[in-house]
Amino acid sequence: MAEKTRKSAKILVFSTEKISDPAIDMAGLLKLHYPPTVYTITVPCSSGIKSRWILHAYEKGFDGVFIAADGSDCVFGESCTEKTGELVGRTMELMKQKGIEPARLKMAAICSVCSESFVKQVKSFNEYLLKTSNS
Amino acid sequence: MEKKIGVYVCHCGGNISDYVDVEKVRQAIEDEGGVMLAKTTMFACSDSNQKDMVDDIKKNDLNGVVVASCSPKLHLTTFGNVSERAGLNKYNYVHANIREQVSWAHSDDKAGATEKAIHIVRAAIAKARFTESLEPNKIEAQKAVAIIGSGVAGMKAAIELSNMDCPVYIIEREFFIGGRVSQWGAMFTTNETGKEVVTRLYNDMIRRPNVTVFTGAEVITNVGSIGDFKLKVKITPRYVKEKCDRGKLQQAIDACPVVVPDEFNFNITSRKAIYHNFPSEYPQAAVIDMKSCTRCGKCESICDNIDFSQKEEILDIHVGSVLMATGFDPYTPHDGEFGYNEFANVVTLPQFKRMIELNENKLMHQGKEVKNIAYIYCVGSRQEEGGNTYCSRYCCTSAIHASLLVKKKYPSVYNYHFNRGIRTYGKQESLYYDSSAQGDIYLQAYEDALPVVTWNGSNSIVKINDILTGGREMEVEADLVVLVTGMVPRAENSVGTLFKLPKGRDKFFNEIHMKLRPVETFIDGVTIAGACQGPKNIMESVNSALSAATKSFSYVSKGELETEPIVAVIDPVLCTWCDACSKACPFDAISMTKDGTKSIALINNSVCKGCGMCLPVCPTDAIELIAYSNNEIESMIDALAHD
Repeated sequence: MAEKTRKSAKILVFSTEKISDPAIDMAGLLKLHYPPTVYTITVPCSSGIKSRWILHAYEKGFDGVFIAADGSDCVFGESCTEKTGELVGRTMELMKQKGIEPARLKMAAICSVCSESFVKQVKSFNEYLLKTSNS
Repeated sequence: MEKKIGVYVCHCGGNISDYVDVEKVRQAIEDEGGVMLAKTTMFACSDSNQKDMVDDIKKNDLNGVVVASCSPKLHLTTFGNVSERAGLNKYNYVHANIREQVSWAHSDDKAGATEKAIHIVRAAIAKARFTESLEPNKIEAQKAVAIIGSGVAGMKAAIELSNMDCPVYIIEREFFIGGRVSQWGAMFTTNETGKEVVTRLYNDMIRRPNVTVFTGAEVITNVGSIGDFKLKVKITPRYVKEKCDRGKLQQAIDACPVVVPDEFNFNITSRKAIYHNFPSEYPQAAVIDMKSCTRCGKCESICDNIDFSQKEEILDIHVGSVLMATGFDPYTPHDGEFGYNEFANVVTLPQFKRMIELNENKLMHQGKEVKNIAYIYCVGSRQEEGGNTYCSRYCCTSAIHASLLVKKKYPSVYNYHFNRGIRTYGKQESLYYDSSAQGDIYLQAYEDALPVVTWNGSNSIVKINDILTGGREMEVEADLVVLVTGMVPRAENSVGTLFKLPKGRDKFFNEIHMKLRPVETFIDGVTIAGACQGPKNIMESVNSALSAATKSFSYVSKGELETEPIVAVIDPVLCTWCDACSKACPFDAISMTKDGTKSIALINNSVCKGCGMCLPVCPTDAIELIAYSNNEIESMIDALAHD
């Protein structure tokens, strides 16, 4: 977990090429600031993220992982929301088994114009992660 | 092979370098494993830098390139092409976004932004170490196109494809072609009727030997993918021979005892179980509605050409592309919505247009002459979240045009338009002017204070706080209330599910990109045209039909196709064929095959869309997605996590 002196937690965001990545880009365009320790890896679809990648991130020192999910806008079909939810559920179970607090994994649907929502979500996640690491 | 990577860090004028110390970034990564050269550049996308990159790649024999600049949405293709021009396969290029996601997002924290940029470029380098040259998948393409739907969009697309010497199969679910337009009378701007437009298109289409039209036809299965769609089409018989003595046929229709609401006239009239839509319909052959027919035998006894021995047929059609033109349904108000199905004199705009068509000298409704007409706009459109939030656009024009027609045909009628702001865009604005000039009254409200319809025992009273007169309460006693309804997706749209076509939030079929790829769908080889994609007028439908026809033709014209190589791959050693991947795949791209005696999963590369939905469900981690492998993703995570 993050050291107590850190101002911001280290968060890995899995975003999606067609939906949430444009929203994150637009957050920058609008100069909506969020902690610079939020890093993004882009994938085609949020329902294609492997649990092992998420667990690898914790193992390597990330405080939190945020899945910026396609939600109902997914270009690959309506089942994305359900499947992303399932993979998050499975990963949380694995996190419990490894003694990692499941709340360090967060998912929210971020549409292609949901810049403000993205910034709000990562800021509150950052605050949560800092609070829990300091308690 | 040892990787030799070139890295370019862009200033983007000052867009990046005003907040990110690009030289510090360059220095931080120049000694990363595999990096052969690291440069900063004022504008990476400039012609001069692109030329320098080509020279660098050739001179240093680079087999990996990273550009750290703006969003990949802007220049991923640009730098992929630069690589190709230098003889390096474009899949060896990796893009790092240090503008939208770094310099602009963290312009309040220059040190933090620089540190983040270093991490992001390191992650891109880490990915570049694993990139491989990829070639597009090549597949054979059947030179024929199936068009689903024979409305104006479908017929126009068929004619266009026929002109390009491409065989076309039109598959129409209804027994008559023409779609919604055949239900319309005179239309703006030429006052040509819907029937005339349909007739003109049909006559042009039907004389072409390379166009085959099926009516009463429905696609029941679809196997295959772009270039190679194998469709099974069910043809429901008409039970009436096409060449038929029309006099006896009419006697048979008259004798039919079954009376059902006539959907062609939006249920304001009725028809028999054996019926025509209208005298000049196409094909000019009656049909028996077997859902309503009681098989009483009266028609058979009168007309020799009634033939109940006709059997359902299943046809196999093989095409390289499918063009979807299934049209729309008019919105049906729910019971009580502005008095619909509650008060007898409340109708929808499509019903009203049929009334104008069917009433000659006087506008009659339920035995009473209509004098005052209240039009309530935006019914089923521009609703609050959870409803139809979109604007159907055509309805303002259509309602005002109808009000002009009605006034011309029945001069004693008065029109009152209860609207939420008129949207007669473009040339159609002249209609609004004409309507105002003929004395129509316009009353307007916001969405939070919509007109209210009540019943006074003989007529409807429509009340509004009119914002055009400072919010004064106004009311009209209306003989007829016309609900100006918009377009909604077809209620029966299962053919979309059959082709796994994605839908948007409005539930219409979704294009890949509204502006740049407006007729393509995420299902390769399937294009969309007309109002199945969203509300459109005829001109817009025809535009999209021509565009979709051209796109569909581009898939099949060469006889061979190339598809993206970003697909899932199976590790035959790890795979145990548990079927989970196949169940997770929304495109039916995964099947079982034999590897010796072992059952394993097989990816159909021409069907796989590279979504990755199969990856997380595999219990043995036997599936990887090209360009998103465990090595690539985890090495990126390592680079980002590195302090």
